[in-house]
Amino acid sequence: MAESNQAFVRTAILPPQAPPLTEKGVIKWLRENLFSGWFNTILTLAALWAIYSLIAAALPWWLNGVWNAGSLGECRTIVAERAGPDVTGACWAMVRDRWHQFMFGFYPQDQYWRPTIAFGLLFAAITPVLFSGQKRLQTLMLTGVAAFLAATLWLATVPMLPVALTIILMLALLALAQVRPAALMWFTVIYPALAFFLLWGGSFWGPAVAMAGLLVLLLAYRLLLPLTGVGIAAGAGIGLALLWWAVLDAPIAAGLAWLAPIGLEPVASDRFGGFLLALTIGVTAISFSLPMGILLALGRQSDMVLIKTLSVGFIEFIRGVPLITLLFTASLLLQYFLPPNTNFDLILRVIILVTFFAAAYIAEVIRGGLAALPRGQYEAANALGLDYWSAQRLIIMPQALKIAIPGIVSTFIGLFKDTTLVAFVGLLDPLKGITQIVRADIAWKGIYWEPYIFVGAIFFVICFGMSRYSMYLEQKLKRDHR
Amino acid sequence: MKKSLFFGTLAAASALAGFASADTLADIKARGELLCGVHTGLTGFGFLDANGEYQGFDVAICKAVAAAVLGDANKVRYVPTTTETRFPSLASGEIDLLSRTSTWTLSRDTDLKFDFVAVNYYDSQGFMVRKELGVSSAKELDGETICVQPGTTTELNLADFFKSNDLTYTPVNVADDSEAQRQYIAGECIAYTTDASGLAASRATLPDAENHIILPEIISKEPFGPVVRHGDNTWGDIVRWTFYALVAAEELGITSANVNEIGTSTVNPEIRRILGTEGDMGAMMGLDAEWAKRAIAANGNYGEIFAANIGESTPIGLARGLNAQWTQGGLMYAPPFR
Amino acid sequence: MAYAGEAPKPGFRPGMLIYDTRYRSLTIQLIVLVLFAFGVSWLINNVIVNLAAKDRTFDYGFLWNRAGYDINQTLIPYTNDSTHGRALFVGLVNTLVVAALGCFLATILGVIIGVLRLSKNWLIGRLMTVYVEVFRNIPLLLWILLSFVILTETTPSPRDFRITDDMVAAGQAPAARMFLNDSVAITNRGMNVPAPLFERSLGTAGIGEFQISLNFLAIFAVIGASAIVNRRMVRRARAIQEDTGVRPVTWWKSLALLFVPVIALLLALGFHLEYPRMTRFNFSGGIEVLHSFTALLVALVLYTAAFIAEIVRAGIQAIARGQTEAAFALGLRPGRTMSLIILPQALRVIIPPLISQYLNLTKNTSLAIAVSYMDLRGTLGGVTLNQTGKELESMLLMMLIYLTISLMISSVMNIYNSAVKLKER
Repeated sequence: MAESNQAFVRTAILPPQAPPLTEKGVIKWLRENLFSGWFNTILTLAALWAIYSLIAAALPWWLNGVWNAGSLGECRTIVAERAGPDVTGACWAMVRDRWHQFMFGFYPQDQYWRPTIAFGLLFAAITPVLFSGQKRLQTLMLTGVAAFLAATLWLATVPMLPVALTIILMLALLALAQVRPAALMWFTVIYPALAFFLLWGGSFWGPAVAMAGLLVLLLAYRLLLPLTGVGIAAGAGIGLALLWWAVLDAPIAAGLAWLAPIGLEPVASDRFGGFLLALTIGVTAISFSLPMGILLALGRQSDMVLIKTLSVGFIEFIRGVPLITLLFTASLLLQYFLPPNTNFDLILRVIILVTFFAAAYIAEVIRGGLAALPRGQYEAANALGLDYWSAQRLIIMPQALKIAIPGIVSTFIGLFKDTTLVAFVGLLDPLKGITQIVRADIAWKGIYWEPYIFVGAIFFVICFGMSRYSMYLEQKLKRDHR
Repeated sequence: MKKSLFFGTLAAASALAGFASADTLADIKARGELLCGVHTGLTGFGFLDANGEYQGFDVAICKAVAAAVLGDANKVRYVPTTTETRFPSLASGEIDLLSRTSTWTLSRDTDLKFDFVAVNYYDSQGFMVRKELGVSSAKELDGETICVQPGTTTELNLADFFKSNDLTYTPVNVADDSEAQRQYIAGECIAYTTDASGLAASRATLPDAENHIILPEIISKEPFGPVVRHGDNTWGDIVRWTFYALVAAEELGITSANVNEIGTSTVNPEIRRILGTEGDMGAMMGLDAEWAKRAIAANGNYGEIFAANIGESTPIGLARGLNAQWTQGGLMYAPPFR
Repeated sequence: MAYAGEAPKPGFRPGMLIYDTRYRSLTIQLIVLVLFAFGVSWLINNVIVNLAAKDRTFDYGFLWNRAGYDINQTLIPYTNDSTHGRALFVGLVNTLVVAALGCFLATILGVIIGVLRLSKNWLIGRLMTVYVEVFRNIPLLLWILLSFVILTETTPSPRDFRITDDMVAAGQAPAARMFLNDSVAITNRGMNVPAPLFERSLGTAGIGEFQISLNFLAIFAVIGASAIVNRRMVRRARAIQEDTGVRPVTWWKSLALLFVPVIALLLALGFHLEYPRMTRFNFSGGIEVLHSFTALLVALVLYTAAFIAEIVRAGIQAIARGQTEAAFALGLRPGRTMSLIILPQALRVIIPPLISQYLNLTKNTSLAIAVSYMDLRGTLGGVTLNQTGKELESMLLMMLIYLTISLMISSVMNIYNSAVKLKER
């Protein structure tokens, strides 16, 4: 060391200098992200100006909002008193006065707990589908549902019995999620009947006995399976179930109703409206369109020319015409195609056609899933000696559906938004139907922005939530594939 | 062979069903409900109030008929209809009765295979304009924009009126009354044309009603009435006479207040016949004796219904005008109950 | 092998229809065919019985009857004396105009937003994300209703344009002004724009009701011819450049070729613009583009652009990063990289979902019902259906027309798609 001819050796590292002012902190970030070049600067300034003018236009109106008033006129007076003449202000008092109609339509007010429970349980029912095999997330979801139900039922006035039953049901589901998560699927299967009973009311035995038909199917299948083949067992099961529904269903339900008259006050479907109607149509249509869409997608891939032609024809026809013409078909034309004097609910007719509509789109989504599967999967299934249906059930569909789930969710988002179109056939959708009725009331005549903003915000929350879920799923699936 | 057999049975079954459905009255009794097609958003005539109950002048007809046929004015299932769906709904049997400010015209009565059983409101088409424009006649609206609801008789009358006067105009199509009002206020159209009753209702709810006038021209006759399907005359008769019972009740002084005792206390034979204390008018059309009594008790007589829903004491403030009793110089004239 | 000799006995047993895979599909198809035939004949039978029960007929004769109603926005001549068939045609043209303009504008806006969403500018990126999420997650119907209300509530009423004698005396200006040298006026009814007129018109030609203006036909023909000639010339210039390395100067020839013939034709036809003028309450002259049209178009464009932006973004992100880096290495600027390297490749990923967006937009034009714009559903499926009571005929015809349009769009786009598809070898 001593013989070093260097004049100076630094023995310690210099402390780093502070970066220049333009290269650190906020300024650096601003420079890099907002003002990196003249083009970006212009864009940033334009965006700032756009945001400013939007806020400047809307904020006073927003801040001057009135929450307590009996009519639009009263609102205007209050705004004028508070902020002076020529100032506009929102009249949220309308939302306060009529929010329940935007939610439930004209469902009887003392029965609001029924759609609320049905809505909460919907999430419990889809939990095993959404988070299959993830015990922690399932428990979390079910706890969330339980918390939601507890909060809403506590706020609303509800008879004791349904509250007790709901609590027991939720506790049972939570326990099941810990012990045998796979068994949660059974709740998903019976949920449609339960929701039907809750929403429309009437005798408990109607939906219960109808569900028993499925039990007949399953029993026959299980019993016959060892004796005959899959095809005959399934056929016999379906035949017996049909027999049950056609012949035994009605008298048994009537008999049970006479023996043990359990039931809820019936609610006619013309009382449905608002988001209750949108969700009823959307959820029913999407759940029934799934099996139909799977069959159509398989039909489209089929080697059988006739089946392929029919599937393609159906899918292309439905996708080629606007939903609104299908809705008009439901309300104006369906009567022509059915035997004279068959007459059923407009809501049911709309649900049937919306289901067809959704099925065609789902079929295309699933076809995409099928196409994304490597050819080797089909060949491997064939090599194992599986027949067509076993291969589909065990190998192809589980993978194809998994790939298709994001697409199915976006189809559902689209469908849910499209339920607003039912207003044009006279149903009370939240956006146009209910708004029109609110505006026909003399107290709220002339109100425009507030209902649109209110309904739009709710739609946004629901659809945005679903699209985030679908993105989460996409991420998850991506990881699984690698 | 097999196919033709199948079709044969099918056709027979459908024909049977077809014959069965021709008896609307039996269907309604079996169903326990009257299916009535109504407006959902026309203030005064048919709308849903804050509690979700249907109210209005046209809705009252549904209630009266339900009371006459089923004995309970609440046994009505209201089917919301739009301008597009109203006639197909009736034709397809989705509703038994259409009570929705529908104008009686020859083509609807014949070509569309309907029966207008009576006229419950004599209306006419008018124009509403701003007072400040200084327009005094619809003929001064040459070349202007006019708000009109498409698919109505109003639209056709408007075209006919301007054509016959050799004038031009631009139609601004509006979906419903509240939309029409908004566009009219915003000045998108100079004039708003619809039935005079609707104009009055619309004008009544304007923030500055005094600045708007309804022009004196009446460019058309618009007789509104309840509509039933062609072919079931029994049902048509029931609706017709239920309505005339309401009209006659006003003429004879039967009101919702005295309907229960006047039948026995009066000596007037016509009142006694209407209320079923004498004769068997109800049995002639397949109803019981007290059908009219219940119909009147449901919402009162014609005058009471008018006053409660669209009369001068309501915000809509329509005068009786042509709809007054014939004894008062109007056109409401019930044929004799004999 | 022992079982080699035990070949299945030839001959046909009925059991083979179910158990032999060769025949099973035949059996299934036969059953399906019979069921389908029965189903269809059942439906047709129902229609016949129902029509008979209602004493109706199924015929399209009403299309040749006088319509009797007016349509406020027509691109082809129409009066209330025209037939229902003509009204149908007016509606169809209105539908097609909205659909075509909508697809065009939504593509432009969607591509811009999709590209900007990937911008390094933090604010712009966020803003575009907000835009996409807001428009995608709220029903289109709301956007149509809202844009209609905004257009009509924020624009001045026609009477604000009026200049009265009192105002002239007081030196006041009217409350609202026209734009672009007094040629365009935006009122709360619509936009009044100048109308092109011809002094020496060529008239129209066509068969019966379907007349086409010869003026516009001539103009289109001339423009097309100039474009073809111009293209030839440019191609030749390019060939010369390839051969000799020197490109002949063509820009002024191009300009002359493209513009001189059209201008000459316009002068020959006596082309002039008719400006909208304020009459008593309203503008007359010129062309009035109603807000119902504009609102529908704006809402459709904004809504569909959000979806297209997502498609574009996904397409760009699907292109490997190496492509960008390679382009930078070649010395291309970011803008040129995007337009020459990334977008052309991304296009292959983008086009299939883009087709379905075009289809959606076209079908969504039927929401014109919300603002009473007289499209196909408004004329044929609305007023005509209502005035004639022919719901079965009208609805079926309307579905058929929509189906034809959809199939045409998807086949045209599929042809284009297979043309740009990567040719793998």
